Amino acid sequence: MTEELLRVEDLWVRFPTPSGKVVEAVRGVSFSLGRERLGIVGESGSGKSMTGRSILRLVRPPGQVQAKRIMFHDQDLLTLSERKMRQVRGNRISMVMQDPKFSLNPVMTVGRQIAEAYRLHTGASRREAKRATLEMLEAVQIRDPERVRDLYPHEVSGGMGQRIMIAMMLAPDPEILIADEPTSALDVTVQTSVLRIIDRLVKERGMGLIFISHDLNLVATFCDRILIMYAGRVVETCEASRLHEAKHPYTRGLLNALPRLDEPKAALEAMTRDPAWTEAPSVDGYL
Amino acid sequence: MTDTTAAAGRRRTAPLVRRGAALLSTLGVIAVTMFGLIFVTFIIGRVMPVDPVLAVVGERASKEIYDRVYFEMGLDKSLVEQFWIYLTDVLTGNFGTSTLTARPVVEDIARVFPATLELATIGVIIGIVFGVPMGVTAAVYQGRWPDHVVRLFGLFGYSMPIFWLALMGLIIFYGNLDWVGAPTGRVDVFYQDIVPPVTGMILIDSAIAGDWTIFWNAVSHVVLPAAILGYYSLAYISRMTRSFMIEELSKEYVTTARVKGLSERAVIWRHAVGNVSVPLITVIALSYANLLEGSVLTETIFSWPGLGQYITNALLNADMAAVLGGTVVVGLTFVGLNMLSDVLYRVLDPRARS
Repeated sequence: MTEELLRVEDLWVRFPTPSGKVVEAVRGVSFSLGRERLGIVGESGSGKSMTGRSILRLVRPPGQVQAKRIMFHDQDLLTLSERKMRQVRGNRISMVMQDPKFSLNPVMTVGRQIAEAYRLHTGASRREAKRATLEMLEAVQIRDPERVRDLYPHEVSGGMGQRIMIAMMLAPDPEILIADEPTSALDVTVQTSVLRIIDRLVKERGMGLIFISHDLNLVATFCDRILIMYAGRVVETCEASRLHEAKHPYTRGLLNALPRLDEPKAALEAMTRDPAWTEAPSVDGYL
Repeated sequence: MTDTTAAAGRRRTAPLVRRGAALLSTLGVIAVTMFGLIFVTFIIGRVMPVDPVLAVVGERASKEIYDRVYFEMGLDKSLVEQFWIYLTDVLTGNFGTSTLTARPVVEDIARVFPATLELATIGVIIGIVFGVPMGVTAAVYQGRWPDHVVRLFGLFGYSMPIFWLALMGLIIFYGNLDWVGAPTGRVDVFYQDIVPPVTGMILIDSAIAGDWTIFWNAVSHVVLPAAILGYYSLAYISRMTRSFMIEELSKEYVTTARVKGLSERAVIWRHAVGNVSVPLITVIALSYANLLEGSVLTETIFSWPGLGQYITNALLNADMAAVLGGTVVVGLTFVGLNMLSDVLYRVLDPRARS
């Protein structure tokens, strides 16, 4: 947990609007990631997804990404050429997105999509890629990989689709996986099994995981460390096990707004937002 | 495990049954469509305020001749009877005789349709080969100069009257530069009717005959009209490609492809264009059908002996058998292309298969 894989320093993401106003989606976020599971929690629009996409330099124009540096091992991702960056994407840092219904190409068999990712970075032959595809499908606990390989995305369920997505993104054996709300579009019943698969693979391969979610409970049980984002900034960072000791009023508000089976309440607390939270400087989330 | 094997078994047998049913229903649709088309054209042909008898005998014919032809043409029978006779004739491949050419309509169409087919096919190929990449480029550079250039070029092709384009083309490429053949039809006059007709398409026939002089002469004649029709369909195809592509590029699977580390070229051409090709099929089929219908203006300017010119001439001369025959062929072409695009749809889009 001591070795630093990724270090993001003072990250800003801005979107100029046609009216001349600039929307700041991420405002000076700093954190680092080791071989651990780092959770980024926040509400919609808090900038957590944009943080993930900035690391891969996949924020599309007109969005602008700026940071002091984004160090991956000893190279600054921001200064890499697009060609060099493509060798990082998928190969060394990968990402799983929210809804497999939309994030898989509908006119390609899932097997081809997995093999494509694998062959791109390993230069493997077709035969080798086929073997790796079946292996990956087995690794994400798909029972009948030979059959599933030839299916199209619309022929698989959401849970299976997400496992295929994980298989595809982990096939080239990356060091960091960014999981952007990987279970939010899934039924509650399959959420746990998908999470368990991510957890097992990340541990087995000694990867770093950035787990982006809006689900506080989920992140608290699943991750080692948590960053809490609000309005484009990190307002608090803590060990997952000590989330209940969190001090920031926003975090406290979120915790109090959760229903608990062991302490039933007549009415759940509603959040009152202090404008000062927006302006307070970002807390750094270094190891 | 038994569950999956049973399911796999069903997957194998079900398509056969389904395909049979689909084929039957398609054939039914074609039959109904064609019946409706023949019916409507027949009625329009009969209620048109022209006298088909006069068209045959001329204005100076005596009363007896007029009456004899009137009976010969079956015009004394009721409309229903007349339609029944026409329908049974059509089903046996008899479209009647053209009063204008004094030949069976079927023979006439067999002569003019290949000319249009040749021109339209080259035209639509030009439209696809240039239109699709242009549309894709415009979408990728949305809002920047390549986009503006493509859109302006398309708008020009869209809004300029085709006869004006054709005339300008002739002035420049025939009159000034002398790069293309004279607008005398498919070949120069002294080469006409030399090559034995096999397909009726002179490019193919001259190639079969091995007569390369005529082949290249035919090429020089087809280039300009085909380019003009091609420009017209390019304008439509590139515009539709652009808008499909813009929608596709905003989808999440495109981001997935980028996350994988694919080059932008692979993201666009392998992933996004693969999806765009599905709706594009319909656009291309429609564009092709439009050209096959015969573009009267282009054919007239280039003296191209095609279907458009044939139907128009027949119409102007009240040659109803020829008009009806031509209309049925156009209808069949449309139905045929629609079926073809349905088939391609199923090939390209796995979601349309199940």
